[in-house]
Amino acid sequence: MLRQIEGSQAVAAAVAACRPEVICAYPISPQTHIVEALSATVKSGALAPCEFINVESEFAAMSVAIGASATGARAYTATASQGLLYMAEAVHNAAGLGLPIVMTIANRAIGAPINIWNDHSDSMVMRDAGWIQLYAEDNQEAADLHIQAFAVAERLSVPVMVCMDGFVLTHAFEEVDLPGQNDVDDFLPPYRPRQFLDPSDPVTIGAMVGPEAFTEVRYLAHVNQLRALDAIPAVALGFAESFGRATGGLVRPYRTDDAETVVVALGSVLGTLKDVVDELRDDGLRIGVLGITTYRPFPFDAVRAALTNARRVVVLERAFSAGTGGIVTADVRGAVAGAECVTVVAGLGGRPITRASLRRALVDAHGGRVESLTFLDLDLRLVERELARPR
Amino acid sequence: MPVEQIPYRQTGSLVAGNRLLAAELRAGQARPDRADALTCGHRACRGCGEALAARWVVDAALRATANRLIAVNATGCLEVFSTPYPESAWQLPWLHSLFGNAPAVATGVAAALRAQGRTDVRVLGQGGDGGTVDIGFGCLSGMFERNDDVLYVCYDNEAYMNTGVQRSGATPPAARTATTQAVGPEPGNVFGQGKNVPAVAMAHEIPYVATATVADLRDLEYKVTRAMDLRGARYLHVLVPCPLGWGSEAHDTIRLARLATQSGLFPVFEAEHGEVTAVTRIRHHVAVEEYLRRQSRYAHLFRPRERTDVIARIQAQADRNITRYGLLAESAPEEVS
Repeated sequence: MLRQIEGSQAVAAAVAACRPEVICAYPISPQTHIVEALSATVKSGALAPCEFINVESEFAAMSVAIGASATGARAYTATASQGLLYMAEAVHNAAGLGLPIVMTIANRAIGAPINIWNDHSDSMVMRDAGWIQLYAEDNQEAADLHIQAFAVAERLSVPVMVCMDGFVLTHAFEEVDLPGQNDVDDFLPPYRPRQFLDPSDPVTIGAMVGPEAFTEVRYLAHVNQLRALDAIPAVALGFAESFGRATGGLVRPYRTDDAETVVVALGSVLGTLKDVVDELRDDGLRIGVLGITTYRPFPFDAVRAALTNARRVVVLERAFSAGTGGIVTADVRGAVAGAECVTVVAGLGGRPITRASLRRALVDAHGGRVESLTFLDLDLRLVERELARPR
Repeated sequence: MPVEQIPYRQTGSLVAGNRLLAAELRAGQARPDRADALTCGHRACRGCGEALAARWVVDAALRATANRLIAVNATGCLEVFSTPYPESAWQLPWLHSLFGNAPAVATGVAAALRAQGRTDVRVLGQGGDGGTVDIGFGCLSGMFERNDDVLYVCYDNEAYMNTGVQRSGATPPAARTATTQAVGPEPGNVFGQGKNVPAVAMAHEIPYVATATVADLRDLEYKVTRAMDLRGARYLHVLVPCPLGWGSEAHDTIRLARLATQSGLFPVFEAEHGEVTAVTRIRHHVAVEEYLRRQSRYAHLFRPRERTDVIARIQAQADRNITRYGLLAESAPEEVS
């Protein structure tokens, strides 16, 4: 059903269509509209017998999801930024226990300085937590990815984060084709865990594992993550067959076939990027875009295939590692050993990434005139004044 | 005391004598159909009060729920000594997630059971004093205020024993721990700190709060059974002496728990919806010194010179409990001998 709808509302509707049994949440901007909508849906009785638990912290939110998932219930939560960091210990724990929880990250910067606006600093911190990470390009994909996320998570017993840009997507009104309940029911069967807490068949979950088997546990988690590189495209393909649109998957190449320069990016900036690339193509520049939908596990082969012919790779990053540089860049370099690979850090703390700025940066990059680590629209006057102050 | 009083005349004790009782009057542990949910072979220390209490608590809860029970455990001694992979000492479905989240995980289990319509299955959360009164306190309070259908049991041995006896919010004044050493002008843990979590639990006005010790296991069984009769958030705080952390003899675990109650230092009571409903009165009142002398964590109160000033402050605490909870009966129960 086509609706002109806010991103958060679209995601809430998609999550509700997945018939979660336990939803728990602690409010944090810009995640709030998602869980507000879900709380209303649950309270209305439309999702019965689903339980909505108002918890006292994000740490408790993930912990409630862990308890619910281990008991065999489909569990969902959502957070952002400080909230994701506050639950960090439980985020790793959920992956270690192999619980197929789905969590929305309404991507937001991390303080200090406190900042409620969008970048990817929060989810990038969790890239090594053992979760699958999917990044939505627009609200249609954000909604669809949640349905696919439950399917992938429950197939592999791995939790999935669906990352969508805070405010830029969560609070934006777009046309979204909301999936029908019957279609979702057909696509996503009820959750049937291999093992769960049941007095009729008692299991011990969460035992202490020492040096004699810990490496093997981690290795098996790695192998299981790699299975997602097959499962995610398979689920996306099935989704396309059921719903008639291609969302999700590993990567999304755009005009890369003959491109000399390819810009790699995650999330909502991809829309702007494609517009800019269209303009530059009109100007005769052979430039393309590679959107990464699945960031964890990192799809090395798919990225390598998409960048085979590129001479230059520009990684547009919405977060970075102070003292080191690009985070996604490190993964991309692992996929394309030969090509020149530069990092453009853009849109930190909600700074708009304008077409004009992008166009300048891409023209420079295409001409080989950007440094290996560049900050888009950096206010040099401000930073130089600060740097000039006596220490 | 709500448990049926069963005089056992050979010893004067009210708790022994199972063999001579009719089967229905025996303690759960003395009955042939006991669950034995925490089996032997686990790695607890000799004389561990927590292992003893946990076995009685879980077995009583299993009996009360006809074995329809799921346990959630915080990180700590109980978790470590019972589940070294690939072994498990637990005979019931059991989940360990983290140190500070057991109450919230238990909430999640209870929520899932409701959503699945498995409301005959009940939830038991358990942890030590560190996991309960310190790092898990936020989750515990959240579970209480939402009145989630969980019985949470704190096995209180008054310090972080699993990490090597460091001070917790439940460590009593003057006690020596690895982080409150017996040095300086005020040796051991300082006075005026720590929290009374049973009282905090009562302030949430949850359906049931009770305290117990391993000195009266019938009472412990009764309180678990009583708690499982009720729905909503319930809290049981059990004093479990720790020979390693307290510096006591392994064979003194029960004796120390008894001295803690008989001195008034550890009041044993029940409360419903924030009001005290029953108090276990002291039967043989003792001075706190009798309790303190048997534990090397208090050795600095007796050597090189006796710190009568500090002992008097601890005695004053016990006396305050006696007054506050009415622990000394107007007319003491009839002595049996």
